[in-house]
Amino acid sequence: MTATVHVDSVTHAASTPDVPQPYRELGLKDDEYTRIREILGRRPTDAELAMYSVMWSEHCSYKSSKVHLSYFGQTTTDEMRASMLAGIGENAGVVDIGDGWAVTFKVESHNHPSYVEPYQGAATGVGGIVRDILAMGARPLAVMDPLRFGAADHPDTRRVLPGVVAGVGGYGNCLGLPNIGGEVVFDPSYQGNPLVNALCVGAMRVEDLHLAHASGTGNKVILFGARTGLDGIGGVSVLASDTFAASDSAEGGSGRKKLPSVQVGDPFTEKVLIECCLELFGAGLVVGIQDLGGAGLSCATSELASAGDGGMHVELDRVPLRAKGMTPAEILSSESQERMCAVVRPSDVDAFMRVCAKWDVTATEIGEVTDGDRLVITWHGETVLDVPPRTVAHEGPVYERPVERPTDQDALLADLPDTLPRPSTSDELRAEILRMAGSPNLASRRWVTEQYDRYVRGGTVLAQPSDAGMIRIDEATGRGVAVSCDCNGRFVRLDPYVGTQLALAEAYRNVAVSGARPVAVTNCLNFGSPEDPGVMWQFQQAVRGLADGCAALGIPVTGGNVSFYNQTGATAILPTPVVGVLGVIEDVRTRIRTGIGDSGDELFLLGETRDELAGSEWAHVVHGHLGGRPPAVDLAAEQRLGELLRAARVSAAHDLSDGGLAQALVEACLISGRGAEVTLPGDPFVALFSESSARVLVAVPPTEAAAFTALCQEQNQPTHRLGTVTEDNALLHIDGLTDLPLDQLRTTWEATLPALFG
Amino acid sequence: MSRVGVITFPGTLDDTDAARAVRYAGAEPVALWHGDADLRGVDAVVVPGGFSYGDYLRAGAIARFAPVMGEVVTAARAGMPVLGICNGFQILCEAGLLPGALVRNAGLHFVCRDQRLRVERTSTAWTGDYAAGAEIVIPVKNMDGRFAAASSTVDELEGEGRVVFRYVDGNPNGSLGDIAGICSADGRIVGLMPHPEHAIDALTGPGVDGLAMFTSVLGKVLT
Repeated sequence: MTATVHVDSVTHAASTPDVPQPYRELGLKDDEYTRIREILGRRPTDAELAMYSVMWSEHCSYKSSKVHLSYFGQTTTDEMRASMLAGIGENAGVVDIGDGWAVTFKVESHNHPSYVEPYQGAATGVGGIVRDILAMGARPLAVMDPLRFGAADHPDTRRVLPGVVAGVGGYGNCLGLPNIGGEVVFDPSYQGNPLVNALCVGAMRVEDLHLAHASGTGNKVILFGARTGLDGIGGVSVLASDTFAASDSAEGGSGRKKLPSVQVGDPFTEKVLIECCLELFGAGLVVGIQDLGGAGLSCATSELASAGDGGMHVELDRVPLRAKGMTPAEILSSESQERMCAVVRPSDVDAFMRVCAKWDVTATEIGEVTDGDRLVITWHGETVLDVPPRTVAHEGPVYERPVERPTDQDALLADLPDTLPRPSTSDELRAEILRMAGSPNLASRRWVTEQYDRYVRGGTVLAQPSDAGMIRIDEATGRGVAVSCDCNGRFVRLDPYVGTQLALAEAYRNVAVSGARPVAVTNCLNFGSPEDPGVMWQFQQAVRGLADGCAALGIPVTGGNVSFYNQTGATAILPTPVVGVLGVIEDVRTRIRTGIGDSGDELFLLGETRDELAGSEWAHVVHGHLGGRPPAVDLAAEQRLGELLRAARVSAAHDLSDGGLAQALVEACLISGRGAEVTLPGDPFVALFSESSARVLVAVPPTEAAAFTALCQEQNQPTHRLGTVTEDNALLHIDGLTDLPLDQLRTTWEATLPALFG
Repeated sequence: MSRVGVITFPGTLDDTDAARAVRYAGAEPVALWHGDADLRGVDAVVVPGGFSYGDYLRAGAIARFAPVMGEVVTAARAGMPVLGICNGFQILCEAGLLPGALVRNAGLHFVCRDQRLRVERTSTAWTGDYAAGAEIVIPVKNMDGRFAAASSTVDELEGEGRVVFRYVDGNPNGSLGDIAGICSADGRIVGLMPHPEHAIDALTGPGVDGLAMFTSVLGKVLT
């Protein structure tokens, strides 16, 4: 079968130095190709070229972002590192959460495949992040998905959104992982480039942590899981890089995108693979492990070898295939899903194979760890690849891309929302509360979240529409974690430094509002083309804002992902650094529910409300306006809020963010199915729609109200008593302004997405 | 202590939840493996939810051929209480222990929601602890949950009072006659699409209405 495949061996390459090679088509620049030739002292073979091109792609090498990402390391103190068991550079960050438990979490992008093929793009995004978590030695416990689409009423959004949602659900549901939250955001900038980010959280005992190292000469390299096919070849280099080819064309606008083959997922295979891996870990049969995601075997073998203390020899002809006539380069580049690569002691190979057989998982010994410092790959006895692995995996190109603040930034900041007509009469205010509640970014996400299983595994304590997702880790003690991920891309567009801190502040607040203590941060930095100096400025500012913000809060960034080249035509998306915050709660039974509380509870608004409407949902929905300075960020105030909420006795709470107090009240009443009577502080319009940060709506039992206000005074927490919670299915009564029957609010809030997407 | 078996097939997802529910009810859960033709001396069997064999071919169609299912069929025909939840219900239908089939939801979407049900029959091995006509809320979550059967079969089920649970306040999937769960002629085998094992603790579910299914089999059948 394989005899007919032409093989470009190392010997052949050395004797044919002048053969033209398609390095440009594989995304390599001239100087990068020259450097490969220098490293090898000859031209690369086809297999080597495939491996370098995919590993030196933007997606794998972080070549444009590396110089900026180092700022995270510079701003992380030893104190912040104290509870971090694994950080940036590993498959996923790991945090010690106490009682011997370690939690790992990470978010990754699968944006470009999801535009080409929404269902499979989204599904394999979930599959990939779950394998990252698994590769740390953890049992994956929950997923969440921050999603962004073009205009809600655009015809193509009807193609993309239902497919993405069905893909996220189809994969996650079949995998048996509860989906506990996420985001759905609409903005025209995502029209030709939706964002599909996938987050997974997992847990293990601290001693079970596994790292992707290939160590121990003579140890065997075992590939297990699905067979390797022709799907997704070159996915990483083609998808995640250089789709900004439109910038070359003088017209701009109509981007020439390379349309690659998107990988196809099989969640059943992955579910079995998870259980198989966990049994292997439990039996102590794994020395090192790496998942196969972007760049497939190229990535897994070079990263394992690069991070280990020896070399590696892989016999590529032993890889089980599902297509005929695949070349070594294709096998190395294939992104077939549901595969893992493990390093196993020779004495454990039989036991390893027995566990795989129990789970009907195909497992094949494909090589071993050697005592050299080379990664050598052979094909039917001929050497087709012989490279220093670090040059592939860790010493790729690094670019200092030009950074320049966009010339339109000042005009954007000067375009204040102050002159936008504001509603003033009670009828106008009422109409805008309803219009906002039914607008696509604020309307109920039920149409989406009903397609996700939130109950499986029996550990889900909070899920959408709660502010944060929360899962129980330890059934005996009730120890658990809360996670939220957030980003308002409009704020980031106005001021990338402050906007990213606002994203951090919101995710932090959402976790705090659930009663958990925020401990760690992950991120998925979605931006336009790094070849655009204005985009690089946004990126640089965002990284600095996030790192400085984390330092101020004293919680580390444990990992993340960068996705560049997110463009609709020649126009970059709103810069979208999605920030995920993980919190710990010692006993999930003490969690705070999202809602309005119980009848008779007193309602308080915590935090200060200022006239801050720039970038707000109100300006967007009512006026289509984006300009001015985003709300001020006050991370110390966020910390104080968190401390207060962990100390106080409250019956429910809800974070204030998009849509301000008006939307928070609407949502809290509808989630709990109970009415409220409130009196607004100050100017009613500002009180309702301002998006000042560091604010939370809380419900306090009447018996606790005195103690609560005393606690607020003691902690210098600005507090305003809003009113009281009334009866089931009553009214949202805003004193002197309007009465909104809950039935009417519910209809308005819930009808939008079903009407758009059926 | 009563021993209740919980089967794991490749692709089973709610086995830990079913085992937890058995434990909450006061019995000992016993893990049963699809490849072993052995019920390990259990007093009753739960076939839990998930996507056994990835729902390939048809939900439940492959799982029914697993070695353990031969034992389940024999024991069930001899009167052992068997509960099939969601994919377990689909497997029991495929195995011929319960009539009808579960087909793609009418809305063509996976649906996960807290669902109100009416308990239509309490004289089964698994519903004795409910009050007749009680309305309960337990989660439903599936892609293929629409009960379908020949009209003569539905007439027979209705006529013999073998509809155990019925959807109220909205039918989530277009099931015939709002049927959410049915039982065998002797009431020992019950299958339902909603998930009682996800409603045993108000902390992690919509309430505790599902627990009575697991206590029923202990209190009235196995003692």
